[in-house]
Amino acid sequence: MERDDIIEYSLDAHHSEEAGRKIRRKIWMVTLLLAVVTTIEVAVGAYWKEWFPGSWQLVKWTFVVLTLIKAGYIVAVFMHLGDERRNIRAIILLPYALFILYLVWIAIWESQYIHWVWNTYF
Amino acid sequence: MAGEATKALSNDVLWGGGRSPFSISYGKMMMWFFLVSDALTFSGLLTAYGFVRHSTTEAWPIGEEVFRALPFLHGSYPLIYVALMTAILIFSSVTMVLAVEAGHRMDKKGVIKWLFLTVLGGAFFVGSQAWEWSHFIHGGGGYITTSDGAKYWVQNDAHDTHDPANAEGFHLLRAEPGHYLTGERIDGAEAMALWNDRVAYVDGANMDRNEYGPAQYANFFFFITGFHGFHVFSGVVINLIVLLMVIKGVFHRRGHYEMVEKAGLYWHFVDLVWVFVFTFFYLL
Repeated sequence: MERDDIIEYSLDAHHSEEAGRKIRRKIWMVTLLLAVVTTIEVAVGAYWKEWFPGSWQLVKWTFVVLTLIKAGYIVAVFMHLGDERRNIRAIILLPYALFILYLVWIAIWESQYIHWVWNTYF
Repeated sequence: MAGEATKALSNDVLWGGGRSPFSISYGKMMMWFFLVSDALTFSGLLTAYGFVRHSTTEAWPIGEEVFRALPFLHGSYPLIYVALMTAILIFSSVTMVLAVEAGHRMDKKGVIKWLFLTVLGGAFFVGSQAWEWSHFIHGGGGYITTSDGAKYWVQNDAHDTHDPANAEGFHLLRAEPGHYLTGERIDGAEAMALWNDRVAYVDGANMDRNEYGPAQYANFFFFITGFHGFHVFSGVVINLIVLLMVIKGVFHRRGHYEMVEKAGLYWHFVDLVWVFVFTFFYLL
């Protein structure tokens, strides 16, 4: 099934032994980062309330930020999206982000209202 | 990374036709599009979870109190098992990206080694998920509500939930609102009197009710981790098929290992989803 009208981009993805060493070092650095962040999350999640009562709201937002950092590294490095052209990054991330930001916003807004209704009338 | 995407090409050439303006192959682009739609599904599930949790007027269970058991061990290890599962999944994502890297060097042995470890990690995760479900469904002893509306946790040494009052070490804990399996201990005749006064006994979890909190809590646990677990399972099957094809030398003859890369995208996505499930279901 050889077709000569398709450009085979995959053949261009090959790299040398030298470049491979660099890439592998980057992979292990990101691995270390993900492991450290996850360890911090678990330690804080399990023991923060005992050590420092209160301030839980701040911790929750820290979790969200740390999660987004982890997600960013997974998408950019492990999934190689950071190495792709800017236009493909944009058509994957922008519509998704736009829709999800709206969904999260409307869900928080509406759930507050329903919480109020239940507390007030039931 | 080398490749077509790093070449400086003018917009006239990129969008001039006869080539992909994104410099990626059809298969990879379609995998990305599939992942975007799948990501929307998972975002919908997690947003729905947030909606219910935010709007409910009942106390919501606390992750580090509900998930604190380890297989074969007694005692309290808050979130340790989930953290272990997360670590396994992240590690199998690392072995996957190393398999992709080996593929770019046409290193067949390397691809086989790393892909095999990826399959192993995935299988271990699915097994852990099964244990977690089993533990969640069986619960930690359950609770009773008495005729005056008070709630007590039911405990005994044998983890007997069929006839707990006659089991060794039977006692009750006066439940504190919003907490799981904590409270003042009640023993002996007083505990037996309260047990006999029960109007309901809820133990473990099913779709109608559970001992942890509102019914939606268990429903979302089953649906979100179940949907994710099914993704992991199918990912393991896909990786296994690709591994067999690598061993047979299909991709070596083809001249590139892009199939490993495409399966890898799916596998990283499964890891990515778990990062969010871990935060929003277990941590927050």
